[in-house]
Amino acid sequence: MERLKLATVWLGGCSGCHMSLLDLDEWLLELATVADLVYSPISDVKIFPSDVDLALVEGAVANDEHLELAHTIRRQTKTVVALGDCAVTGNVTALRNPLGSVRDVLQEVYINHGSPRAVVPDTSGIVPVLLDRVLPLHAVVPVDIFLPGCPPSAARIKGLIETLLAGKVPTEPVRFG
Amino acid sequence: MSARTLTINQTLVSAREGESVLEAARDAGITIPTLCHLDGLSEVGACRLCLVEVAGSSRLLPACRTTVSEGMQVQTDTPRLQEYRRAIVELLFAERNHVCAVCVASGHCDLQDLALHVGMTHVRYEYLAPSCAVDTSHPRFGIDHNRCVLCTRCVRACDEVEGVHTWDIAGRGVAARVITDLNVPWGEATSCTSCGKCLLACPTGAIFPRGSTVAEVQRDHSSITRIMTARGERW
Repeated sequence: MERLKLATVWLGGCSGCHMSLLDLDEWLLELATVADLVYSPISDVKIFPSDVDLALVEGAVANDEHLELAHTIRRQTKTVVALGDCAVTGNVTALRNPLGSVRDVLQEVYINHGSPRAVVPDTSGIVPVLLDRVLPLHAVVPVDIFLPGCPPSAARIKGLIETLLAGKVPTEPVRFG
Repeated sequence: MSARTLTINQTLVSAREGESVLEAARDAGITIPTLCHLDGLSEVGACRLCLVEVAGSSRLLPACRTTVSEGMQVQTDTPRLQEYRRAIVELLFAERNHVCAVCVASGHCDLQDLALHVGMTHVRYEYLAPSCAVDTSHPRFGIDHNRCVLCTRCVRACDEVEGVHTWDIAGRGVAARVITDLNVPWGEATSCTSCGKCLLACPTGAIFPRGSTVAEVQRDHSSITRIMTARGERW
């Protein structure tokens, strides 16, 4: 059997979904017998490879790097999964949205809640540029499967991967919260 | 009281005269999703989740506010209704900041249950992300407008069960907010008896006991029904 090319991606999230994935413990060894982890924050791969079968994407789209990567993932992956509440809804990452634009958010964080002489740091060219709005993954690229949860339990992640490995379409009802 | 015979989803159903389509369907074991309905309170037809198709009517009708009639033919679960219901639930999620991961009612929430029921996988609409207040001026309860769906169950529980009418709605459309007294902080609303019936009626994490944390608020919505039943027996 052809080995599954599996990618896991960490966009604007807390890595809790990856912790949940790692919670699968010894089952990960079983997974390793049928799948290759071709891209992941827990591997040392810098470039998202082409011809990925399955990408589990954690986190919301919060900056220009996430945005670019989201498009790369979609272009080079058969099945894209929005993994966890941040990817599905924006969740905690999107809590800044009611504050307004990036300018408003930086003002709020660095000036309004900073010391009297605080300034907004000039980070141009050093860190990715924040988007005005934090977006769920499907607002940026088409998503095939949604697995909400903060984080989704290890059992549900396993259930999904097993279903997909068996070549079936997931039918488990989607429950929020 | 005379009986009426109608058809719901091709099944013959017997109902009492004056009964709503929603009641008749429930008596017949047919589930129609609801949000603004709460047993014991009056019906307002605000949430539009119980919309049904009635033969001869070009409009969809809210089952909770539609009285049964002889020979009525009702459809409660057509693909069109399923799609509309899913859209309604998604729009509710998009209108305020329903962040389940940090909500006191997560896991015990009517809106989450509805999302599951209508098969919502994600919200197709742009989130409005409005700036909403959280009022914790009351010594025992708080109101988080981020989670409010404007079902008015609190308004009706306060008015019809407690007989006070501390709660009402101010503003229109997406700017509408539940208010206490003449839009004063809840803690300053002198009409409030602190009975907590609004808390029992609230379907989401909007009205909560102060000091509660994520997923902690469980409430028994049937308490309102019990109070109303007891009152009916006494009077």
